[in-house]
Amino acid sequence: MLRRPHYIALGIVVLVTVVLLKLPSRAATKLKLVISALYVPFFTTAGSTQKSVEKAANAVMPRKELLEQLAELQKQNQQLRVRTMQLESRAQENDRLRIHLGLPKEVLWKGKWGRVVAKDPANWWRTIRIDRGSRDGIVTNAAVITEEGLVGRVSDVGFTHSQVVLVGDPDCGVSVIIEETRDHGMVRPTASVPLDPSIVELNWLPRNAKLAPGQRVITSGMSNYFPKGILLGHIIDFRSVGYGLYTEARIKLAVNMNGLEEVFVFLP
Amino acid sequence: MSSLHTALIIAVAFLVVFFEATVGGFRRVLGAQVELLPSLMIYAGLTGGLPTVTLLAICGGLWLDSLSANTLGISVLPLFLVGIVVQRYRGLILKDQRFAQMVIGATASAAAPLMTLILLVNTQRQPLLGWIFIWQLLVMTIIGGLMTPVWFRLFGWLSGKLIYRSLGETSFRSDREIKRGRA
Repeated sequence: MLRRPHYIALGIVVLVTVVLLKLPSRAATKLKLVISALYVPFFTTAGSTQKSVEKAANAVMPRKELLEQLAELQKQNQQLRVRTMQLESRAQENDRLRIHLGLPKEVLWKGKWGRVVAKDPANWWRTIRIDRGSRDGIVTNAAVITEEGLVGRVSDVGFTHSQVVLVGDPDCGVSVIIEETRDHGMVRPTASVPLDPSIVELNWLPRNAKLAPGQRVITSGMSNYFPKGILLGHIIDFRSVGYGLYTEARIKLAVNMNGLEEVFVFLP
Repeated sequence: MSSLHTALIIAVAFLVVFFEATVGGFRRVLGAQVELLPSLMIYAGLTGGLPTVTLLAICGGLWLDSLSANTLGISVLPLFLVGIVVQRYRGLILKDQRFAQMVIGATASAAAPLMTLILLVNTQRQPLLGWIFIWQLLVMTIIGGLMTPVWFRLFGWLSGKLIYRSLGETSFRSDREIKRGRA
């Protein structure tokens, strides 16, 4: 049996827990940000140390290798310039047609790059922490991407850091369409979490959807969070569920969530 | 048990949470992140007093939850329950035996996340659960068990470097001293 001091300590801890769990969500979020701010100097130090190590590694890189990389990048740059010219002419054409059809002009994406400083220490959530906050103009629910595709959305914003909830987390549902067939579906958490974290389930597809492995899945633009057309991943396989009422597909995410280093956060 | 020893444990807990949030090697290689606070709590429970256990549970739990998507405060009670049980019955535990340390550390590393999950589910949150959680729990259990003796060695070394040892009482008493020589 426990002794009196143990009961007192247990009472204190239970009281603290109950008070914290009963806090309104806004107050709890603010308190979380205040407590996590203790780690900000450590994140900054870790980031600058990493940069120093990278600089040191670059300093000892052989000149031959650097020249090869430079040549490769120049080649890529030329190809991208040609591609940009082509896309610009298409964008102008698109704008003209939109005016004729009376549709609003497409807004260009603007945002900021942020560095991933931490990942969720708990195994049952998929979130990351980035070194961009309200001082950089980041707002809650802003979409987060990399050049490979959709990463997630901002869930909590601190002054210098923000928390991003990744695709595949229970708090991050995404409305998507299959690019080829234009069928709508929803990526949302399911009871059966796949063993591979880079795979998510796409639900509520119509039963007659003409799916095939390898088809691209992009954001539908129907939610307020994610702009239309961001690549989410590719279909691996699919099956009929709900006594044939719906189709469910498994998607291999385009972004490697375990290897995230830098992300692009959309600004309003 | 000095207050410096308690401060050392709390400081290490702070760094442990930082390590868990920033080092992704385990996640990449093993597919699961390790949880080291329960094993640290075992050390605190076996060597420290009730205030140390309480402080570690509150500080460690809050730090962990602040960097996680967990509901704030959800990890405090499981950590404390692990600590209080070990602290209360430490007289029955062979705390100097490495095997005993590992077994208790492994048990705590499995029990604390399970209790946290039960609390989370009861707060209307829907954590990611599936067959993979069994593997993650196994990784947390094994690494937690292996880390417990490491805490004993680390704090033994740190205490030796930073904390003065109190001198033991000598058997010499001046009033009982036999004075030799002629009276």
